[in-house]
Amino acid sequence: MVDESQTSEPVIAVKSGVELKAQAKDLNFFYGDNRVLKNVNLPVPDRKVTALIGPSGCGKTTLLRCFNRMHDLYPGNRYEGEIRLDALNILSRQVDPIEVRMRVGMVFQRPNPFPKSIYENVAYSLRVRGRIRRSILDEYVEGALTRAALWSEVKDRLQEPAFTLSGGQQQRLCIARALVSEPELLLLDEPTSALDPIATDSIENLLNELKSQVSILIVTHSMQQAARFSDYTAFMYLGKMLEFGNTTNLFAKPTNPKTEDYLSGRVG
Amino acid sequence: MSELSPAALLSNLKTRRVVNRGFAVLGILAIAIATLILLVLLSQMLIRGLPRFSGDFFLSFPSRFPEKAGILSAWVGTILVMLVTVTAAVPLGIASGIYLEEYAPKNWLSDFIEVNVTNLAGVPSIIYGLLALGLFVYNLGMGDSILTAGLTLALLILPIVVVTTREALRAVPTNIREAAYATGATKWQVTWDHVLRYSLSSIMTGVIIGLSRAIGETAPLITIGALTYIAFLPEPPLNPDFPFVPLTARFPFLNFQQLFAWLHAPFTVMPIQVFNWVSLPDKDFHINAAAAGSVLIGMTLTMNAFAIYLRHRFRKGIKW
Repeated sequence: MVDESQTSEPVIAVKSGVELKAQAKDLNFFYGDNRVLKNVNLPVPDRKVTALIGPSGCGKTTLLRCFNRMHDLYPGNRYEGEIRLDALNILSRQVDPIEVRMRVGMVFQRPNPFPKSIYENVAYSLRVRGRIRRSILDEYVEGALTRAALWSEVKDRLQEPAFTLSGGQQQRLCIARALVSEPELLLLDEPTSALDPIATDSIENLLNELKSQVSILIVTHSMQQAARFSDYTAFMYLGKMLEFGNTTNLFAKPTNPKTEDYLSGRVG
Repeated sequence: MSELSPAALLSNLKTRRVVNRGFAVLGILAIAIATLILLVLLSQMLIRGLPRFSGDFFLSFPSRFPEKAGILSAWVGTILVMLVTVTAAVPLGIASGIYLEEYAPKNWLSDFIEVNVTNLAGVPSIIYGLLALGLFVYNLGMGDSILTAGLTLALLILPIVVVTTREALRAVPTNIREAAYATGATKWQVTWDHVLRYSLSSIMTGVIIGLSRAIGETAPLITIGALTYIAFLPEPPLNPDFPFVPLTARFPFLNFQQLFAWLHAPFTVMPIQVFNWVSLPDKDFHINAAAAGSVLIGMTLTMNAFAIYLRHRFRKGIKW
């Protein structure tokens, strides 16, 4: 399937007038000596949903985890290039990854609530920031749970352990945990891949509601999901960013033959 | 016909079933033999020691007369020594375990330390006794005291505590750690609020297993000079009358000398007492030894029961 004719750098840009929340510029990422991301460029428009799609192993999750410096947790990982969050290069050595994670929330592939109460799961994101008065905590926890469309289901059982919730509820709890600290950018790593269709639907609706408040970057293995509710879509292949564009345009007439192959189900 | 014909497969299944059942029987037999031997030994000891069980046995000092000899100084000594051991080994061991597992960079030095800590757990206890004799008794001049004994046993169980702490921490899944880091927590917050909390029951179990080993140790304590005959208790830290705490008129208003005098007292412990009685020629003392041995087993079993309780207590509500 290697197409030699197609070596020119793809154009990764948004129309002028679109405000960006974040942007990856010539980003390379290495697991040890293994270069996993190759000169990746990705604009993340402000208060829009940007979906990352591509076949398994193309580096979508790796790219996502660069945006909150999650790779710093493990030795041997190395970034090159820039990721701008507003004007700040968050990959700079002078920037503390904790500072980045305080501005960028993350939701993982499998629901991973803490083995604590429902309330504590959400409140924890604020507690790490310092001593906060109970009344303020209560208010923020309720706010976040409401935005995560979970409040009505859990308001009478806030002190119960989080694992008594269903899988879909747990994932919405994780979303509330990420939202409570009012992040500027929300990263989601295939948040519905472990959920049934109904739970998936409720999460998609929820993300649709959220995009007026927060910029969203979501990795998804499902093209339908990307088409359903993202504003922009980026297609990755073998560690490269092959195409980026308005979701409607990208799905209607992809410019890169690889993108077309993937979208029509011939690759991946 | 062939090996894969239905008939051949069926007869093959028969042999496979026999082998399977054979192991089950073998396993039951092995367990039965082990438990039976243990039970016989324990009950034999218990029955032999039975005539000595009375309040007086627990409240009397050792004596030249077997029927009057008791284990007061021994069980008090054991409890005090264990107190020192816990106080020293638990914070040191858990802190080392946390550092090695969570903080230390993974390089040749941490590998080297890891191998050595694991090996330390297998060093014969008499070696710890010799080390303590040189370090605590001679160099630091702490004498054959409860403090020396407690610290010696703490050294002995430190590797066990470190290794079990590391294993317990490692068992906390990555996705829980990542969830905590993603909220903007520092490494210490992740460790303290999550990893340590969720692994506490396993760590406690490790600590108690270590203590169960320490409580039965004789060799290192004899090496540092524990007494075999002792007819007095350490000076109590508290006064018998109100306000109990020993106060003084001058700053800091607490008589620390009295409060910690017991640390420097000479002592004996249960296993030494048992050993002592067994080695006496008078056969009547062997009854005392059996009784004291049963008490020691009882102490160990109590600690293990406590470990099981803790495990259930802290495991509640922790799931992933």
